[in-house]
Amino acid sequence: MKKMTGAQAIVKCLQEEGVNLIFGFPGGAVIDLYDELLDSDITHVLVRHEQGAIHAADGYARATGGVGVALLTSGPGATNGVTGIATAYMDSIPLVVLTGQVPRALIGNDAFQEVDIVGITRPCTKHNYLVKDPADLVPVLREAFYLAASGRPGPVLIDLPKDVVASKVNFPEKKKIKMQTYQPNYEPHPGQVEKACRAMLKAKSPVLYVGGGVILSNANKELTELAKKLSIPVTMTLMGLGGFPGTDPLSLGMLGMHGTYAANMAVAKSDLLIAVGARFDDRVTGRLDAFAPHAKIIHIDIDPTSISKNVGVDIPIVADCKLALQAMNTWFDRLKDFDPKDFAARHQPWIERIDVWQQEHPLTYHDEGDIIKPQYVVEKLNELTGGDAIIATEVGQNQMWAAQFYKFNKPRHLLTSGGLGTMGYGLPAAIGAKLAYPNATVIDIAGDGSIQMNIQELATAKQWGAPVKIAILNNGYLGMVRQWQELFYNRRYSATVMEVTPDFVELAKAYGAVGLRAKTKDEVEPVIKEALATDNLVIMDFIVNREEGVYPMVPAGKATTEMLLV
Amino acid sequence: MKHTLSVLLLNKPGALSRVTGLFSGRGFNIESLSVAETLDPKVSCLTLVTHGDESIIEQITKQLHKLIDVIKVTDISEGEFVEREMVLIQVKAEAHTRAEVLRVIDIFRGKVVDVSPTTYTVEMTGPESKIKAVIDILRPLGIKEIIRTGTIAMARAPKK
Ligand SMILES: Cc1ncc(C[n+]2csc(CCOP(=O)(O)OP(=O)(O)O)c2C)c(N)n1
Ligand SMILES: [Mg+2]
Repeated sequence: MKKMTGAQAIVKCLQEEGVNLIFGFPGGAVIDLYDELLDSDITHVLVRHEQGAIHAADGYARATGGVGVALLTSGPGATNGVTGIATAYMDSIPLVVLTGQVPRALIGNDAFQEVDIVGITRPCTKHNYLVKDPADLVPVLREAFYLAASGRPGPVLIDLPKDVVASKVNFPEKKKIKMQTYQPNYEPHPGQVEKACRAMLKAKSPVLYVGGGVILSNANKELTELAKKLSIPVTMTLMGLGGFPGTDPLSLGMLGMHGTYAANMAVAKSDLLIAVGARFDDRVTGRLDAFAPHAKIIHIDIDPTSISKNVGVDIPIVADCKLALQAMNTWFDRLKDFDPKDFAARHQPWIERIDVWQQEHPLTYHDEGDIIKPQYVVEKLNELTGGDAIIATEVGQNQMWAAQFYKFNKPRHLLTSGGLGTMGYGLPAAIGAKLAYPNATVIDIAGDGSIQMNIQELATAKQWGAPVKIAILNNGYLGMVRQWQELFYNRRYSATVMEVTPDFVELAKAYGAVGLRAKTKDEVEPVIKEALATDNLVIMDFIVNREEGVYPMVPAGKATTEMLLV
Repeated sequence: MKHTLSVLLLNKPGALSRVTGLFSGRGFNIESLSVAETLDPKVSCLTLVTHGDESIIEQITKQLHKLIDVIKVTDISEGEFVEREMVLIQVKAEAHTRAEVLRVIDIFRGKVVDVSPTTYTVEMTGPESKIKAVIDILRPLGIKEIIRTGTIAMARAPKK
């Protein structure tokens, strides 16, 4: 037990957790901690807006599987972070967010830059703390990391009064954390596993419906093994992309509102739906009573609240996805006379039926001569990066085209705000990922609207040597909203036309980055090649077909079989 | 269906607002809520009466359980239980109604805890149904104010 300052103890805790990179923005309330950071070996990445700090930590966490850490000052610093925290919360991303707070004696006095950030973030954090007693500082930090990363992960916020950080504290030995009130269940119930496996033995038209839980629990191998062992087609949610190889013949691509025709049809006609780490979100299910109406449903999820929340489940398995899938694989391996070939043969008619759907309505778009189709840009990015880049996205049409046309073969290669749909997420997230993997190609597939929401982070990318590539699918519109107005509001484009947009090529230059533009189809490939060849930060401005739509599309509230097609 | 949930939670600042925030944020209703320290001063017990079909109650229970500060959630209305609520009623007591008021209070085993020239303040405990009944009967006589504690409840001890 050694006495040290709160700031020293915080830095020591971060080191103890293996943190070597944090994202933040300073201010009066956290100045002691910043002073301490200067002498530590932790790299602090100075962002240009606190939202960027949280998204960057989030991108870092999604790409690496570790916990992302951000440090913000009190008041406006903390509130600027809220969108980022809510973004991470909706997608179950492990973060520890440290915020400064006014000294304890001033709390509640409307002091300068005081805000009740614990109150504000209560509904969008997994848990949060206001450290009032310096003796709690170290235990709270350790607990926060444990909570963020365990069970269903999520952001945890710690509010640190300035005088607590400045006070003397003990640094007790680290012990294994055991919490009376929090004991996530990882191990699947063997009886439920057996029930699920028996249902799979009987199924004629099964589908695996895979969500972000598979990525979070690093269960892609186990999932792939099960799918192949039993020849079960796999469809993924936006968050699940990369959980199963997108180029595998068993992959149906994404399902839901902008899912593939085959995926939505397969789910609708399936007799067994095996949901793994997915939560039956409304963007996936469409009209609830028409979602997988003939299917028995197996649902693996670590969070009991996800089970039977929207859709009644026949065989619930509350467990870590990886362990549950492992248990299933083992169950089949031990089964007498089990032969994957039998399954391949038995599911052949089902797979052929799906093939027909795939051929009838593949993911596609109309080529229009010289005009750049946004889908073509994504296809080219996929081709020229060998499907191997880490792709961050903004939100809107750009995000959906990225999800549809980039073929994710590996987990943790798609960084996208699925649950909250936060415009402005992509660029800072890409920076976080690039700093984690300096040798990886990291691309932000962006919209001309979204990119302006955190464009200031270009300076962060420049300062910290994170040469990400930004591919703006520039349609001059808030395209996704425009598409809804086109389809459901009589083409009344209210507030979706951006009459003034910066010249992104010049803007790139202003930040010391490279700006490239493609106006015709044949310019797309050279621009991408040039961008990939340079070591610098690049903005690629693709002037794309203005009123292109994302298809298929299931109108909100309709059954997922009622797709509008290209 | 009415359900009475008993929630044990850590007696920490903010813990209660996590619970109430959950209800408002997710659109669950709270009919009554009552909370105080248990034998263990580190733990509070919260009795919460809510309405909803089975699936909603299941969600409420799971969501409550998911809160880090919550130790245990029991739907005690699933088994045998005792419930009590206390009410303070200030009722008009004028010359021609005083006797009637006292008679009603007596029937319900209430107690007069404060008297003024024109009012009685009555204390009464019982299950919610009894509280409702006494309020209904006193209402025509002129209730000036009522304060209710909300239900508290406890599962019955096993008889064997
Ligand atoms: C912070 C935020 N504000 C508003 C929205 C609503 N919204 C969803 S998509 C979209 C349009 C995005 O435009 P752009 O970035 O140009 O992408 P496009 O759809 O044109 O590809 C808007 C405004 C949102 N998702 N996030
Ligand atoms: Mg746009």
